[in-house]
Amino acid sequence: MSTIPNTPTHDIFDNTYVGRLASWIADWGKLVIDSLIAFGAFSLFNLRTLRWMTTRLPRSETIWPNFYRVGVSSLPVIALTGTFIGMVLAVQSYFQFRQIGLETRLGAVINMTLVRELGPVLAATMLAGRVGSAMAAELGTMRVTEQIDALAAMGANPIHYLVVPRFLACLFLIPTLTVMADFMGVAGGHFYGVTWLEIDIHHYWSNSIQAVTNFDLMVGLIKSVFFGAAIAMVSCYQGFNCDAGAEGVGRASTNSFVQSFVMILLLDLTLGIVLDNFYFMFYPDGASFF
Amino acid sequence: MMIEQLLDEQQQPLVEIKDVSVAFENQNILQDINLKIPAGETLVLLGESGCGKTVLMKTIIGLVQPTSGSVFFDGQNINALNDQELSYLRLRFGFVFQNAALFDSMTIGQNVAFPLRQHGRFNSNQIRDMVIARLSEVGLPDSVVHKKPAELSGGMRKRVGLARALVMNPELIMYDEPTTGLDPIMSDVINELIIRTRRRNPVTSIVVTHDMNTACKVADRLVMLMPLDRLSPGEPQIIFDGTPAELDSTRDRRVRQFVNGEAGERLMELRGRNPVEPTETSDNS
Repeated sequence: MSTIPNTPTHDIFDNTYVGRLASWIADWGKLVIDSLIAFGAFSLFNLRTLRWMTTRLPRSETIWPNFYRVGVSSLPVIALTGTFIGMVLAVQSYFQFRQIGLETRLGAVINMTLVRELGPVLAATMLAGRVGSAMAAELGTMRVTEQIDALAAMGANPIHYLVVPRFLACLFLIPTLTVMADFMGVAGGHFYGVTWLEIDIHHYWSNSIQAVTNFDLMVGLIKSVFFGAAIAMVSCYQGFNCDAGAEGVGRASTNSFVQSFVMILLLDLTLGIVLDNFYFMFYPDGASFF
Repeated sequence: MMIEQLLDEQQQPLVEIKDVSVAFENQNILQDINLKIPAGETLVLLGESGCGKTVLMKTIIGLVQPTSGSVFFDGQNINALNDQELSYLRLRFGFVFQNAALFDSMTIGQNVAFPLRQHGRFNSNQIRDMVIARLSEVGLPDSVVHKKPAELSGGMRKRVGLARALVMNPELIMYDEPTTGLDPIMSDVINELIIRTRRRNPVTSIVVTHDMNTACKVADRLVMLMPLDRLSPGEPQIIFDGTPAELDSTRDRRVRQFVNGEAGERLMELRGRNPVEPTETSDNS
């Protein structure tokens, strides 16, 4: 019996200087092509999700369990993270501010940082770790055990049935989780700063009110919506394109967290710049938004 | 009346596969497959592991897109349909997966009811009655309805998979290795269920298997595929197409080896690695 011979390696990739350079260029070319293919596939996946989302709403029995898992079950861990981050911020900044006699400014710093940055980013990171990697593992297992094929074979569209409810759950619930993280962080900061370190409560809060505006709160919430969408899409895409076996499912789960986290950081920077520009475009003198 | 209808339909094949090739990541799995399956026929796809039997079956239902060529179901080119049209057409198919592929987050009852809930216009009482009727057809008691798939044995899961595939009364039912991993008695139960299903409804069936007992018991027609890397260039991938009687009398060495379960020249491949292997191979067929 004949077997298909291996593709012969090209003669130009020999061990000379030119050969090694050519092989280096070929490696980079392959990397670029592979990345473009992956980006194209991810974009198509997003477009199909968007199309199914606007065609018809998923059935309630697929929506509510996902809303519960993303929202209700994530509350304790996000509240805990928020509280500790608020307290840690107070611990770290107190001594610096006390040296220059500005400890009453602590409220402004803690609350501003929480509402604009740490609340949304940490809520999203916790969601990516808790919900995103679980989604990727669940969908990956469904892919490996042919359950996704079975859905399609029975006339249900897997994107409509599996991805749309998860996407909607992340999109709608991450702002509420962010508010929770913000609130618990603010409470944690207050507890450590005012109750423990006995900073004057009036100045602590009047400084906070001066510094933190509704616009800052909105910036945090707008960012969180983008983070939620990114987490859902990255995790579902990883699950749907999972390689066979336990190793494949594990890799899908890890990749979903790492890629979600990178997306969160990139979006955070981009949206931070864009939203600040909006602010100064409408309020050049830096006045409060509301 | 039913037989007349069947004879009429036999004029045009229910499934027609035209020049279908499938490749995954530059590796060719199927090459220029042509096959016509008339309505009411039970076709068994034979071949060793990795020859593309399952891929061919998934191509028919549109789960795998062919790299070239097309598949026609009842005169419709299924590769030209959009997502929604394909979902609608798939109501006419039933697919029994190799490991049943039951949804493990749902109970057995919810699994079997899934296609009915997804598309049917039935109320919950009707659905419950139909689910119980289908489960009893495959020999499962009512008590399994509330169990999760993980609580059932492999044979029971496979029967639930069969009940789920049958619940919408499909026109074409496909079995992916229905007896793999089962004990001989349960294998025979599954064979019997395949035959009874066909007897009860005028359904067209495609069975992918490498179990010769199943093949000979259920088949009207057998088709054997060969992995592409074991063919000489230009040779067709379908190396046998005929009735069980023709299979018994075939002179093709590769088909005979498969039917009799002989390693033949494959032992040469082992010998290359391990020279202590026995030198003689059984050659009596």
